[in-house]
This record gives sequence, C-alpha cells and structure tokens, in this order.
Amino acid sequence: MENLIALLIAAPLLGAAVLLVGGRRLDAVGQWIGTLLSTTSFVFGVILFVDLLGRNTDDRTLIQHLYTWVPVAGFQADVTFRLDQLSMTFVLLITGVGSLIHLYSVGYMEHDERRRRFFGYLNLFLAAMLLLVLADNYLLLYVGWEGVGLASYLLIGFWQHKPSAATAAKKAFLVNRVGDMGLSIAIMLMFTTFGTFAFGPVLSHATDASEGRLTAIGLMLLLAACGKSAQVPLQSWLGDAMEGPTPVSALIHAATMVTAGVYLIVRSGAIFNAAPDAQLVVTVVGAVTLLFGAIVGCAKDDIKKALAGSTMSQIGYMVLAAGLGPIGYVFAIMHLVTHGFFKAGLFLGAGSVMHGMNDEVDMRRYGGLRKYMPVTFITFGLGYLAIIGFPGLSGFFSKDKIIEAAFAKGGTEGWILGTCALVGAAITAFYMTRVMLMTFFGEKRWQPDEHGHEPHPHESPKVMTIPMIVLAVGSVFAGGFFSIGDRFLHWLEPITGHSEGDSPISAGVVTGATMVCLIIGVGIAYLQYGRRPVPAVAPRGSLLTRAARRDLLQDDFNHVVLVRGGEHLTRSLVYVDHTLVDGVVNGTAAGFGGLSGRLRKLQNGYARSYAVSMFGGAALLVAATLLMRAV
Amino acid sequence: MSPQLAAYTTSTGEAFQFWVLGTVAVIGALSTVFMKKAVHSALSLAGTMIVLAVFYLANGAYFLGIVQIVVYTGAIMMLFLFVVMLVGVTAADSLKETIKGQRWLALLCGVGFGVLLLAGIANASLKDFAGTGQANANGNVQGLAALIFTKYVFAFEITGALLITAAIGAMVLTHRERTERPRTQRELSEQRVRDGKHLPPLPAPGVYARHNAVDIAGLLPDGTPSELTVSKTLRDRGQMRDVSAEALGDLRALEQRSEERLERTPVEPAHFKRSEEASK
Amino acid sequence: MNPVYYLYLAALLFTIGATGVLIRRNAIVVFMCIELMLNACNLAFVVFSRMHGNLDGQIIAFFTMVVAAAEVVVGLAIIVSLFRTRHSASVDDASLMKL
Repeated sequence: MENLIALLIAAPLLGAAVLLVGGRRLDAVGQWIGTLLSTTSFVFGVILFVDLLGRNTDDRTLIQHLYTWVPVAGFQADVTFRLDQLSMTFVLLITGVGSLIHLYSVGYMEHDERRRRFFGYLNLFLAAMLLLVLADNYLLLYVGWEGVGLASYLLIGFWQHKPSAATAAKKAFLVNRVGDMGLSIAIMLMFTTFGTFAFGPVLSHATDASEGRLTAIGLMLLLAACGKSAQVPLQSWLGDAMEGPTPVSALIHAATMVTAGVYLIVRSGAIFNAAPDAQLVVTVVGAVTLLFGAIVGCAKDDIKKALAGSTMSQIGYMVLAAGLGPIGYVFAIMHLVTHGFFKAGLFLGAGSVMHGMNDEVDMRRYGGLRKYMPVTFITFGLGYLAIIGFPGLSGFFSKDKIIEAAFAKGGTEGWILGTCALVGAAITAFYMTRVMLMTFFGEKRWQPDEHGHEPHPHESPKVMTIPMIVLAVGSVFAGGFFSIGDRFLHWLEPITGHSEGDSPISAGVVTGATMVCLIIGVGIAYLQYGRRPVPAVAPRGSLLTRAARRDLLQDDFNHVVLVRGGEHLTRSLVYVDHTLVDGVVNGTAAGFGGLSGRLRKLQNGYARSYAVSMFGGAALLVAATLLMRAV
Repeated sequence: MSPQLAAYTTSTGEAFQFWVLGTVAVIGALSTVFMKKAVHSALSLAGTMIVLAVFYLANGAYFLGIVQIVVYTGAIMMLFLFVVMLVGVTAADSLKETIKGQRWLALLCGVGFGVLLLAGIANASLKDFAGTGQANANGNVQGLAALIFTKYVFAFEITGALLITAAIGAMVLTHRERTERPRTQRELSEQRVRDGKHLPPLPAPGVYARHNAVDIAGLLPDGTPSELTVSKTLRDRGQMRDVSAEALGDLRALEQRSEERLERTPVEPAHFKRSEEASK
Repeated sequence: MNPVYYLYLAALLFTIGATGVLIRRNAIVVFMCIELMLNACNLAFVVFSRMHGNLDGQIIAFFTMVVAAAEVVVGLAIIVSLFRTRHSASVDDASLMKL
C-alpha cells in the first residue's frame, strides 16, 4: 500500500509534464488529460483512505522511502513520504476539490486559447501541494512549499497580457517570499537544534530543546504560515490574486495554497505546544486577521474580492484555532475541510455568475439573477448558508466549535479571543448576506458594456454546474457528518492530540450567542440592501468604509513603511558607499596616481639620464664597499 | 737584481716609459671624449689603445699586447672609422647640453667615482708583486693556451657561440628585406621618359672647367654651376665646392687683355688672381 | 716605481670613459668611450696577473676582448640601422620610451 503514495504525486506531475512539454498537438484534449490525471490521483487517495480505515488506530501511519536525496555525513535528506490521518485529510480535500475544479474549468476556460497550459499549471499546483502535505521532513516540505508558490505565480498571472494580472502575480510571489524566508530560517534552526529536520525526530524530541529556541522556531514557522495563508501582516497579496481566472481563485482559496499555513502549524503542533509565547502570537494573528478580512469583505463591490476577504477571515478562524493548541487543532482542520467545500462552491458560483454576465465582477451591476441562473443561485445559496453558520450546515458545526474552543482557552485571553470570534461571525453574516442580496435579489442593474453588448444572463453548462452541485452537497452535509459521534475528532486525535479545555461558559450558551450574532448580521444586511434599492454607484461612505475599500490601507502601509523605508535606507547606503567607501578607494587611487605622475618625470626617455643613474648607483656601491672594509 | 726585488719595483726604463706613455694615454682618452668630430675621437682612441698595448707588453702579457694592436687597433677601430664614414665624417657634434643638469650630474658622478676608486686602490695593500717571470717560463702563448684549453675551455666555447650570435645579430639588424619586386632597367627608363626628366646620363663634374674633382660642380655655358654634376651624397652633406666665380673672373680678365692689345682703353689694375694663368 | 701606478692609470681611464658616455650624444663616440672603459679594465687585469704571478688575469682580459668585439659588431649594426631610419646618430633622438 505504501507504494501508492508516490503515485498520488506522480499522477498530476506527469500531467503537468505532458501538458507543458507536449505542445500544440495536445491543445484539443489537454483539458481532459489534466482532469483525468487529477481524478486518478483522487482515486488513489480514496484507495489509500479505505486502506487506512481498515487498520488499527495506532497503525494508520504509512511511510514510503523513495530514495536518499542528500547523502552527506551529518546531513541526510531523504525523499520520504508520510501518510497519516492529517495528510490523508488534506490529500482527499486537495485531490477531490481539485478534481472538481478541473472539471469546472473545462467549461469555464472553453474559449481560452492557452487552455492546455492552464491545465498543466493546475496539475503542477496539485502536485506541489500534495508534495507539501505528504513530505516526511521539513526540507522536502519546503520543496512543495516553493512549488506551490511557483504554481500560484503562474496561475495568478495566467492572463499575463493584463498588466494588473502580471503585477498581482509578482506581488503574490514577493510577499510569499517573505514567508518562505521564515520557513527556511525555521528549518535551519531545527537543524542546529535537533541535528535533523525529519518530522519524527523533531516532533518527538521537541520538548528537549530550550523554550527560547522553540519560540524562535515557532515564530519563524508562523511567518511562513502568514505568507502562504495570507495572514496579517503578509495578507496583501490575496485580494490582488483575484486577477487570476476564477477556478484558480477557487483552487487557491479552498483546497490548496492558503491551507498550507494551517497545515504547517498543525503539523508542527508539538513545537507550538512547547512554546506558549509563540502560540499566543499565533492566536493574536488569527484573531486580527479574521476581523481584518471580515471588514474588508464588507466594503468590496467586486464579488471575487468580497469572497477573498471572506477567505482571509475564515483562514483567520483556522489559525486562531490552531494557535489554541490541542483544544483547537482538530477544529482548525475540520473548519478547513468544510471551508474547502463551501468556499470552493461560492467561488465556482461567482465564476458562473461572471460567466453569464460577460465577466462583469461589480455586484452593483448584478441584481435579480436568481431567476436567470437557478442552479447557481441554489448552490451559491447553500454555500452562503454554510459559511454564515446556519444551523445544521457545515459551517455551523466547525465554526461553532472554534468559538467554543476560543472561550475554552480560559482566562482573559479566552474572553478576548472568543469575543473576537463572535464579532467575526456577526460580520461574516453581514457581508455574505450583502453579497447574496446584491447578486441574486432586488432589481436588475446591469447595463451595456462599452461595446454596447447587453449581458444576457444565462445558466452555465452542465460541466460547470455539476461540480457546483457536488460541492453544495458537501457544504450541506460535511459538517454534520464529521460532528455526529465526533467522527472527525476520533480520526485526527492520534496525530494532533486533543483536550477539552475549561470553558467558562457552557457550549449551549456559546451556540446561542453565535445564533444571536448571526441574526444581527443578517438583519442589518437585510435592512441596508434588501429593503432599499442598491445604488449603481457606490456612495462615498464613512471613513472606515473607505479605508476598507482600500483593503484597510494595507498597500499604503506597505508602501510607506517598507517601500519608502527601503528606498531611504538604500539611498543612505548608496550615499555612504559613494562618499565613504568610494572616497577611500578613489582617494587611494588618486594618491598613487599623483605620486606616479611625479615619479614619471624621472623617466624622460633619454638613455643618458638612465646611464647617470646607473653610474651614480655604481659609485654608491663602491662607497659602500669601502665603508664596509673600513668598518 | 734579484727576482724578489723585481716583483715590486720596476726598472728605471719602465718607469720612464710609464710616465711618458701614460701621459699620452690620458691625453688620448680626454681627446676621445672632448673632440668635436667623431673621426678625431676615433684616432685619439686608437692612440690610447696602442699605448695600452705597449703597457701590456711591459707587464709580461706579450700575446695580449700583440692582439691589442692587431684586433683592437687594427680591426675594431677600423670598423669604427668605417661606420663614422658611413654616417658622415664631417658631421660635427654640438657640445651644447640638451638635458637639464646632465653635465653637472655626469661630472659629479665621474669625479666621485674616480676619487672613490683611486682611494680604494690606495687603501689596498698592493705591495706584493709576484711578477710574471715564473708564469711565462715556458712562453706566454703556451701558458695561455694551456689555461684556455683546460681550465677555461667551457668559457672559451661559450665565447665562440657568442661571436656567432653577434655575427648573425648584426646581419639581422642591418639586412633590409625587399618587400616589392625590383624594377627592371627597362621599366626605369620608361618611367624616366614618361616623367619627362633628364634622359641622357648626368653630366660629369668639372666639365668646361679645369677641375675634375668630384666635389666641384660643372659649369653651364653661362658660367653658373650645375648641381646635377655632383653626387647627391656630397650635395646633402654640403661638401660641394663652387668655382663658378673663378671662371667668370677668368673670362673678364681675358676680355680686358684683348682690349689692351687693341689699345682701346687704359689698363685697369688687374685684381684677379689667375690672370697669368689665363693668358697662357 | 711601483706597478700599482698602472692601476691608478686604469682607474683614471675608466672614469674618463664613463664620464664620456654620460656627456656625449653621438652614439659612435659613446661607443668609443665604452671601448675605453673596457680597455681600462683589461689593463687592470693584466696588472693583476703580474701581481699574482699567474696568467688567469690575462685570460680574463682575453675574454673581455672577445666580448668587446661581439659587442662592437652588434652595437655598430644598431647604430647603422638607427641612422637609416632616423637620419641621426644621436642617442637623445631615440627617446620614444616615455609618455
């Protein structure tokens, strides 16, 4: 069974190689090759899953040693894969949702000339992500980590003829690079601390190291997670990444990329458990990001950017849960999986809306679309109900558990984090209701575009709606399926561990509070967007609204602090270089030049002058000889 | 006189010879340096060398003395004279110094070096002269030959190689590679006709005159000298003698004499040097 | 008379020759001065030979003569080719080895 693990990665990798190297011959069938190979990977995943279910709880870790990558004494890096319950969960999510997105893309990218390449990149993305979650040591994980960064760069900038897309791709790559530096430093620290970077030895001996060192490693890992998962302060790339085709957004936001940071934190749980300070920072980052993303999501008129803000916020929930330690690990992953379903569904729905509206993304130009695209409306609506935590749907179970866990942290921190999570839930309800109302309800507000084409909203083809339906089913039932009888908890507990914590308030009170928040959020949104007509041009809005439209000034902050600061630093370094360093160098050179210029006059070219020097020297030699004899 | 004594004194004859010829040698050396013309320098140097040859003989170096005269004075100095003639025998060297301070520096160095050298010799205890009597017992040439072909045989062979190298070097330096085909006589004459230059052979020097020396230009019918008659080398060196004035003077004297004979005008006092010669 | 006076004479001739090399500009005369210096050395060698009572000094003088002959051959060839190209035998005219 172990030998199947490498095939999981090999299938999409083969697809990427074939599609990218194959050339134009494959243009006609490229999309089906890509979809087939990603589905193949999913099938392998299911086979392995069934195999794992058939084993004992203690025996569910499969190791496949492929070959030794760097065989140097004292530094051994193996290409070894580890498949346990945590990896298995990710494998199913990545390949399952990934395959659905492949299928959807067949319809969505039907008219794109560079479709074959697109599918090659998608397969590459899957392969890199699978390598990331299956690696058995941090160095191999790093390879997958970088592969994900590369694939996201290629996909976000897929429509590279648009300068905005090219810039967004560059931005995502550069911001990710900051996080990557954190991961590489963390790996180096691990190597100096433990002498290895394989999961087994590092995580089982984590408590042997000093707490300061573990805190440092934890913070560096958090920096890496911030980069990949778009957490404050490295969140700025996520909104711009919407420049990519919508299936890419779905893939990045639901199944891959942004979940990598959560995976990294949960996987390194042993390190964080031993470093409470790092854990606290993780929870703070999560709480700040969940509010940040939610506020940004409220102000955006671009449907994809509103969903992007929502993603940031939901990942914030997961990071918050992961920072809570054993209380929250399981729920972080559970929310990750349910979020994978409904967020993928929401993005695919948004893509379907755009597909029918001539690629219009401004929600103020939508309205009343429920009549024109019923399937999209229903699937999107189910995803909407799931994300706001409507009782009985997926989001309800997973988010509620996270809020409970936040309170269960105990003490003042618990109250603060729990309140943040509750407020976040209310805001989530508000902005998602806003998206829903502006898109599918009210009067129709679309207008002819600059070429005079009136959009004719229509339902998308089957190849697009089927994945949406499947995801909607997942959005509805996954949470309940996981929670009944604590199935998911029992499945993951051997890997992550679990403790209940001591909540100051009972679970029922938390659920009630969540419901109240939910009703408040939906109610405000209904009052603002459901009862009154939506203006076609956005009103100026309050200071907070305007700031939120600018992503809460994240780019301005980065520009002023990092870009300007960097420029000033560079300028002063250049000044020092010019005056001090070059001054010394050039001064020395000029000194020698001047000296040589004066000495050069001795070389007048006349042989007789040189002869005088020789004769004088001979005289001095005779004098010296005589002097020595006299002495 | 015992051999021991002969070692560090010399006979009165040799002392007399040294003081007389030594003075000659120093004077020769000084005139080598200070004579304006290279030819005079060369002759002065030859004199110094002959004096040195005599000194060699006096010091028991009979072979070297003869070689000095034959090789140095005979061959090398003649080579010098040959090059002097090639470069221009009359080209006088300006003794004006062009490099600033060169002369003073040279004199300072020279005097300083000389004083130091003389002081060094005076300081050394050179009283013990063994004399060459013992060494020359079997003949000077035989003694030298025995040393050259035994002790110094390698140095001797190497000097042979040196001489060959020098000979080849001299040939390489002075040999001029011809880079184009030499023009034939026919081509040259055609060229002359085409250019419209002087076609017949150039006139010989001294025509119409009573001189046939090569440095005297021949005279044209009107009595002016023609430069064509004198070799280009002499013209370039400015060694052409002009006798045209003499011929014109002679002509005038002849006319005057015929006037006298015809008793036309009173005789003017003749102020031409060669009047008698012209009348013959 | 002590034969050491020959040495004084040799030193004097050598100094005169060296000064001549420095003062004169005509390459041929410079060459003659060099010959004068060589001859002064030869005289010294011959006198040393007499002083030590063996013929080694004379051998050295003999070699000096050979070297001088070779030097004269090459030197005069240089002067001739120099004169051909520059129409001058002055050592100061060959002063291109400077900026």
